Amino acid sequence: MKRHIMHGGKIVDSEYKSEENEAKKKWSLMEKLLLGLTPRQYLAQAIRNPFNWILAAIFAIGIPLILGRFVFGLHWITHSSNDYPWGLILAFGLFTMVPLSASGFMLGTAVEIFGRHDFHPIERLALLNGLLGYFFAVIFLMVDLGQPWRLPYPMVVSFGTAAVLFLVAWHVATYLSVQIAEVSVSFFEWIGWPQGAKFIRKIIVGLTVAGIILSTLHQGALGALFTYAHGKLHPLWYYASFQWIYFFCSAIPAGLCMVIAVSTIVKKTMAWRCDDNFMDNLDSLTLKLAKGASLGLITYLAIKMIGVAHYNLWGYLATGWGQWYLLEMFVGVVLPIALFGYALRHNKAGLARFTAFLTIFGVALNRINTSLIAYNYKIYHEIPHWREVIVTLTIFAIYIVVYRFILYRLPILYTWKTAPQTAEETVEEPVYIHSGAEPRPVSMYREMK
Amino acid sequence: MKGISRRRFLAASLAGGAATTLSVTKEAWGASSFDGYPDGMGVLVDLTRCVGCRSCEAACNKEQNLAAPAEPFDDMSIYDKRFHGQKRRTDENSYTVVNRYEKDGAKPVYRKIQCNHCNEPACLTSCFTSAYKKTKEGAVTYNSKVCVGCRNCMVACPFAIPAYSYSSAFNPEIKKCVFCHETRLKNGQPPACVDACPQEVMTFGRRRDLIKIANDRIRTRPGRYVDHIYGEHEVGGTAWLYLSDRPFEEVGFDTTLSKEPIISNVKGFLSTVPMVLAIWPALFTGFHLLSKKQDHGHGEHAHSAQEEDEK
Repeated sequence: MKRHIMHGGKIVDSEYKSEENEAKKKWSLMEKLLLGLTPRQYLAQAIRNPFNWILAAIFAIGIPLILGRFVFGLHWITHSSNDYPWGLILAFGLFTMVPLSASGFMLGTAVEIFGRHDFHPIERLALLNGLLGYFFAVIFLMVDLGQPWRLPYPMVVSFGTAAVLFLVAWHVATYLSVQIAEVSVSFFEWIGWPQGAKFIRKIIVGLTVAGIILSTLHQGALGALFTYAHGKLHPLWYYASFQWIYFFCSAIPAGLCMVIAVSTIVKKTMAWRCDDNFMDNLDSLTLKLAKGASLGLITYLAIKMIGVAHYNLWGYLATGWGQWYLLEMFVGVVLPIALFGYALRHNKAGLARFTAFLTIFGVALNRINTSLIAYNYKIYHEIPHWREVIVTLTIFAIYIVVYRFILYRLPILYTWKTAPQTAEETVEEPVYIHSGAEPRPVSMYREMK
Repeated sequence: MKGISRRRFLAASLAGGAATTLSVTKEAWGASSFDGYPDGMGVLVDLTRCVGCRSCEAACNKEQNLAAPAEPFDDMSIYDKRFHGQKRRTDENSYTVVNRYEKDGAKPVYRKIQCNHCNEPACLTSCFTSAYKKTKEGAVTYNSKVCVGCRNCMVACPFAIPAYSYSSAFNPEIKKCVFCHETRLKNGQPPACVDACPQEVMTFGRRRDLIKIANDRIRTRPGRYVDHIYGEHEVGGTAWLYLSDRPFEEVGFDTTLSKEPIISNVKGFLSTVPMVLAIWPALFTGFHLLSKKQDHGHGEHAHSAQEEDEK
């Protein structure tokens, strides 16, 4: 793609191929899908990318394993443990992916509710990150459920209304719809149906508020699921009354840091797709997000300490489990707070980016500790089956592919240039000069290298 | 501007209100504690009488039409088997299992495990499709027709009883003791394991009578029993009750369980749900309106200007 632009190729960023001539030619859907390349060019750039070869290798092994799971049953890919009914697939796919996807409601709230329009350039990335995270959490779930084709049962067939999972099911389903609506604005722009985008913008406050409610509850509910496991989960990870607040609170820095992390990867790997509005604001936005994340982490640290005091768990801190707990807290919470503080004080976006990755690791470690490592601490440790590890990796790789596919196309990282009728009469005209041949993005790309 | 805001506000409030009404039903289930049906049946297991013959295991296997085990039921070497350092547990082909607990200088104690049929079962309250049912006879039964296979019940069960038939690709289900409800209990008969026991380890009867019997045994044979009926109060009380001459924690029982049913750990969260649903819409719509006001009238325009910019 970079080569394409360097050679003066045009990228899809509006309805029209060229603005200059009178007979404006629209991009066809196929051309939009192929990023404005010919099929041959598209294939060539895909093959050139070494990352695609890694993905292909993962899929070559992983896809047959996923199919095998549905033919031979769960016991073929997992240890069929009756002691660990929830293994790596859920520990990572559900309990880790969902907090990392809290970004959608966080940025939605900042922009739409609190009117922080300075976050606008990154809002759509955050919304998409939320949507995909949830969508793939459901995919992970579908692979792990005994009878995934019965997933709608709690909605239509039989209601277990007192169950926490009932709430999770309903809220995740509703929230997925809300997020689809939020992200659909970009899709409508891209597909060329502005009325749809306009309608969504009208109800965006309602959608955002619904997003906050649903997120508060189901992020918390995932934590509350573990309050059933009294006696199985180590006391340092089990807090009957606080668990849901911990899961909710730590999801906030997790979601924000995920936006930083994804934007970092995007900046490095698909600079051609980002417009100036995104690129120029990214450093300052990263620091603003880092500020939010560090506030979340400080709150999280405070309420975790309250939990240890409330349940009088000080004694456990001296044990091996206590050291593991302290390590999780130090690496995932205390260290990020310090690093974020330094980065914010000295305006170091690079350090903030590194710290965001560290925070993600910390939250992931917390979720995996809760659902796998400190679970059944009285008996034995479950080491996931190798097929389960590969299946988890494969679904995550599919997630990356879908994520990239959408970022390449929809106006997430760039602003869709619309409607000549407004363009003709307003000062927006100069923007249209910006084309593939323009030196700026290319030079930026060169710097990057 | 005002009109739109109000409309938005009302819409959000309505949505919240509707959601709240829904969640009230959610609460009603978990709200009060339940001590079991008055005529619920139970089984009193006297560990001092068990010799570890495994007849109960064989009877259960036959009654429930389970697959024959690799080792026959008269193979006592099974007591030395360990899985990840653990004694045997229930699985898809054995709803009940006997384990041996040895101690130097004392005769070994055998303990049978199976579903304890709680008064307020964790499996039942954690199930999002209501697949479990506590029958008036005292059994906790399971309906495989609505089970999605999330296995939350296995996480929730404080006794780690439910097992899953992972090996089935198209119809995996939870496998656990159902108190022989369909074949026997419904007709007032004791479960197959109780019938099969040559040592009269198990006494079948109404749960409240069994507690009296157990207390009588403790009183009339001083020094023989630990002064505790396991299951009388654990996790809200169970239909299966145990007497032992060795401290319960030495023979594999979890003595750290609270007297409250498992659901009480979750009630804290469940009760915040309707509050969040009711309060958040107003709170955040309010924030939204407040943040608009800040701009001295330019707020709404600022937003729409932004939208214009995007076009």
